[in-house]
Amino acid sequence: MTKTMKILRPAVMCFLAMTVVCGIIYTAAVTGIAQLLFPNQANGSIITITLKDGTQKDYGSALIAQKFTGAQYMIGRPMGTTNLSPVSKEQKKLVQERIDWLHSLDPDNTADIPMDLVTKSGSGVDPNITPEAAEYQVARIARERGMNEDDVRAIISKYTTGRFLGIFGEPAVNVLKVNLALDGLL
Amino acid sequence: MSMIVLQDIIYILLLIGLSIPLGIYIYKVMSGEKVFLTRIFAPVENGIYKIMGVKSNEEMGAKKYALSALAFSGVGLFFVWLLQLLQGILPFNPARIQSASWHLAFNTAASFVSNTNWQAYSGENGLSCLTQFLGLTVQNFVSAATGIAVLFALIRGFVFRKKTTIGNFWTDLTKITLYVLIPISFVLALVLVSQGVVQTFSPYKEVTMLESGAAQTIPLGPAASQIAIKQLGTNGGGFFGANSAFPLENATPLSNLLECLSLLLIPCALCVSFGKAVKDSKQGKSIYITMMILFVVALGITTISEQYTGPAFDGVVASGSMEGKEVIHGVGASSLWATATTAASNGSVNSMHDSFTPLGGMIPMFLMQLGEIVFGGVGSGLYGMLAFVLLTVFIAGLMVGRTPEYLGKKVEPYDMKMVCLIILTPLMFTLLGTAAAVSMPDITSWLTNSGAHGFSEILYAFSSMGNNNGSAFAGFTANTVFTNVVGGIIMLLVRFIPMVAAISLAGNMAKKKSVAVSEGTLSTTNTMFVGLLIGVILIVGALSFLPALALGPIADYFTMR
Repeated sequence: MTKTMKILRPAVMCFLAMTVVCGIIYTAAVTGIAQLLFPNQANGSIITITLKDGTQKDYGSALIAQKFTGAQYMIGRPMGTTNLSPVSKEQKKLVQERIDWLHSLDPDNTADIPMDLVTKSGSGVDPNITPEAAEYQVARIARERGMNEDDVRAIISKYTTGRFLGIFGEPAVNVLKVNLALDGLL
Repeated sequence: MSMIVLQDIIYILLLIGLSIPLGIYIYKVMSGEKVFLTRIFAPVENGIYKIMGVKSNEEMGAKKYALSALAFSGVGLFFVWLLQLLQGILPFNPARIQSASWHLAFNTAASFVSNTNWQAYSGENGLSCLTQFLGLTVQNFVSAATGIAVLFALIRGFVFRKKTTIGNFWTDLTKITLYVLIPISFVLALVLVSQGVVQTFSPYKEVTMLESGAAQTIPLGPAASQIAIKQLGTNGGGFFGANSAFPLENATPLSNLLECLSLLLIPCALCVSFGKAVKDSKQGKSIYITMMILFVVALGITTISEQYTGPAFDGVVASGSMEGKEVIHGVGASSLWATATTAASNGSVNSMHDSFTPLGGMIPMFLMQLGEIVFGGVGSGLYGMLAFVLLTVFIAGLMVGRTPEYLGKKVEPYDMKMVCLIILTPLMFTLLGTAAAVSMPDITSWLTNSGAHGFSEILYAFSSMGNNNGSAFAGFTANTVFTNVVGGIIMLLVRFIPMVAAISLAGNMAKKKSVAVSEGTLSTTNTMFVGLLIGVILIVGALSFLPALALGPIADYFTMR
């Protein structure tokens, strides 16, 4: 019995000490400093907009996609995840449905569709599309809103982020921010 | 493609550049030298020893070391299991999440204690905030620290001469946690928050969507603090269900770069620490080079497969396969992560591996099946690789008819038995688990994909659990009684059998006297040895898994169009 206790006692005490240090103190310290230094990011990068009547409205998170279906809006990637094999028949059928839907939204546009607009992301809520996918939609958005195409492009480029140091990752256009700007809210 | 190659090259250079100073630092910490953090942490360290009632200079034999590691993990297992069963009635549960079922709770507890972080639950919907930070975050630290502690016990086995002890588990564990894991995680967590990774105890946020006006819920929580150690400690369990594909867990190209670097940072650094500890940096270097060669080849195949063998659709621009990948990561950073996370036994993902092309998904699977030794888990990867080194030395010794030796120690039958346990346990349970799963009557209803890709989902799941990785072909329905129980047991066995074997090996090695290097001694630092080692690793892996891979990803590849 005493032999067992000699092993077990430090195990339990060590576990409790580690729980306090790594679970409580560490987590609390990171939370405290994060809230102090980066309050917006730490709380979900919420886009809060002050409306004309002075009220504030939370329009979403800059990092979480919303579904857009209207032709006057920039369309993002299909929402949700599939986990399907990219070369499967099921996937081919789903992609065809998405192609058909995009064509029905803008029958005049016969250009090839960028891949990201017809495939689902890993998170299911990818807030971005590629600059090519944004450019694909410029003419339609401008026409629907009676805007100049270059004005649409200016908004897109304002909410496009590049590679980190020009090397890491890929350029991306934030769909929600573009649409908020198109609606004159951002 | 040229941008992807450039990104990969700079990533590897950064990784090597950071791993060298960190490796030296870890060596200093573990050998009791003063480092710049000693002033701050020494009082805490001594306080913890006092609470535990252990003397920091008390040396342990192999048996006591192993029992301590097992007892400590056992306490953790019980606590995390209990926490999940009670989370429904405990505080810090803003999303009002229910208590988990007994088998899911067991699976998750086994998974985090064994440094696997296989997740049968869905992150933000399955666990309360309390379970996440008090249970899982703690295990992220201590399971990683346990692996590193055992590695240093094994290293001492090689270094010590005619001794019956191999160090003290409690001081090893405490030093690694305090001086290595916590400081790096702390800095990393804050940088991640600056990029948009959430860190709060506030409840989920309700927002109004722009076009529809409908409500949308933004899940929040103390994520960044857990994600930092999840990456650094080769844990891999995401705060959110979609892991680091989820933007609130990995928000920008910079956060992705840092998370991806921290995936491999400590396993790489430990190669450097090893060289320092055995007083022969070349020994560490040859292992580092072996791992890096295997990694680079794997990275190349995955990336090329994702970029060029994806599907082509009429009316869609031909480009890399984007299903299951985020725009900011694209093919390049997604393939890099997939390779790194399975080379290390991390298992976090920034894209969905199930939606990788057949060969692009096979490489991550094969990296796991090699036994998580291409960098591998923190500590466990290197002690696994050292088992392969001993096996290679042994085979080479047989060829020339000499008693094999490594680092001046003769390699004898007892040592080889332990080596076999380290190498064979994971691959045996991977195959047994897969075989058991395919013979379940309702197995097809657990799969998202059919045919060869469906089999790949099963093989991937048990390769992941059977090698303590934790990533998944997520189309596989993991939360069933069978997978939870069988998978949970497998994760514990493949973690702790090799671990105890490594500690026993250390104990046996420490007892031996050193033999002088002679002309007949096989060099373990030259190019030929690196080639031999790679050969042995690939032969063991290929012999074990080629038949299964032929039925899964290889069949998938040949039947795809």
